[in-house]
Amino acid sequence: MLIQRPADIPPSEITPRALFEKRRELLKGIAGTALAVALPFSAQAGEGLNYARSSPFNTAEKPTPYQDVTHYNNFYEFGTDKSDPAEQAQALKTRPWQIAIEGLVKRPKTLAIDDLIRLVPLEERIYRMRCVEGWSMVIPWIGLPLAALLKQVEPLGSAKYVEFVSAADPKIMPGVRSSVLDWPYLEGLRLDEAMQPLTLLAASLYGEVLPKQNGAPLRLVVPWKYGFKGAKSIVKIRLTDRQPQTAWMKAAPNEYGFYSNVNPAVDHPRWSQATERRIGEFFKRKTLLFNGYGDQVAKLYAGMDLKKYF
Amino acid sequence: MSGQPCQPSGRQIKAIKATLFVLCLVPLTRLAWGAWQDALGANPIEFIQNSLGTWTLNFLLITLTLSPLRKYSGWHWLLRLRRMLGLFAFCYALLHLASYLWLDQFFDWQAIAKDIVKRPFITVGMAAFILLVPLAATSNNAMIRRLGGRRWQQLHRSIYVIAIFGVLHYWWLVKRDVTLPAVYAMLLFLLLLVRAFWREQERQRQLAGGRPAKAFTIVAKR
Repeated sequence: MLIQRPADIPPSEITPRALFEKRRELLKGIAGTALAVALPFSAQAGEGLNYARSSPFNTAEKPTPYQDVTHYNNFYEFGTDKSDPAEQAQALKTRPWQIAIEGLVKRPKTLAIDDLIRLVPLEERIYRMRCVEGWSMVIPWIGLPLAALLKQVEPLGSAKYVEFVSAADPKIMPGVRSSVLDWPYLEGLRLDEAMQPLTLLAASLYGEVLPKQNGAPLRLVVPWKYGFKGAKSIVKIRLTDRQPQTAWMKAAPNEYGFYSNVNPAVDHPRWSQATERRIGEFFKRKTLLFNGYGDQVAKLYAGMDLKKYF
Repeated sequence: MSGQPCQPSGRQIKAIKATLFVLCLVPLTRLAWGAWQDALGANPIEFIQNSLGTWTLNFLLITLTLSPLRKYSGWHWLLRLRRMLGLFAFCYALLHLASYLWLDQFFDWQAIAKDIVKRPFITVGMAAFILLVPLAATSNNAMIRRLGGRRWQQLHRSIYVIAIFGVLHYWWLVKRDVTLPAVYAMLLFLLLLVRAFWREQERQRQLAGGRPAKAFTIVAKR
């Protein structure tokens, strides 16, 4: 016997699309004005942020408590235990921080983090996060769509993929001194996945500056993929014409594929992906295809064999 | 080969056993207390499952340590603690299994059957548990008498296979960092190596025409 829960209803089915889009435009306008007046963000933790609330992509599910989001996560650079990041990552210096956007683009850029997050209005995105290990959370991120950043550097026609390189400093990262993964941590997306409006570069969670253990100062969030696709503490974003190698593909190519879309029908070779435990809940719940974001992203994979391209 | 002679009296053995019994309950009590106080972190169920599994392995290895310890210390009474430790290994294994059946699968027998067939780490874990059942069931003096010492001993040699399966179960479920499973594997390897060494020694002695070493006392004195 399984406890059945009603399927998550996308907010777009509750409010007519036209109204939604109007509201989005309105919010964008408000956010834009606010940004022009006040500086949106500062390195000091706890300082207020200006951002657009109520994204149509937000889930109405209950967010996972801040304490759990910040003290139970994977960030292998700081150790393989899920309590390691919170303990070890405090040594990370996130200012000054430069992020290079390069490769097959017309206007390569190297941006300081504080300039990068002022490029476009920030948005709140309350997303489900499903870890490949079988647990999940609901996390209120704040950030900018990756598409907005990529448009600024103007990808060339030959660009097909985006590679993300994370910081790797053996002096402060105990994990990087071990051989648990091949460092630096690499991740990648197809360009159309990167341009998908759901794909976010997060600089904050719960309205506060992104905690170091969660990938400060800037991390990727791709809510329909397993959590490890969300590269943390990004230092480089490179556009390429070839599918990038990722850290997990190098570590175990039969277990972790390039796509790593959440899919209850495609098991990890060693464990099932049919169910997940939402942090804070007692029993497991059923995992949804594309983590419940199928309406937005299923078309990206039309005609693809998801068992082959796992 | 033998250390200082150390032979506690019957009353002292009873006290040692009672203390050990309480000690063996400490991990379980800590889990129960932690669950009650909500002090087991963000994923308490995973914590409980992992902890019960870890303690099953701990008890298996501790049980397997008693024979070498006895042999090298000369403290023969240590063997009288073995049954209790073995039964605690079984208890923790049972709770570990129960947490999987209930909290992970909610008694969805179809999903459980699929898991056992498809997931090597579950296959080998389940096999280890099934092999443990007859050992637990025969861990009393009446059963030893019924089976006879030799047959009982042969049956209980499956503990070696169970321990190997247990370590494999741990190794195969870990995502990437196998440091801890490797530590368990190493310890188990040493414990098995000691026994292989004894066996070889015994074989040599027999080849040399010597009399076989006296078999260990199996029936615990009350």
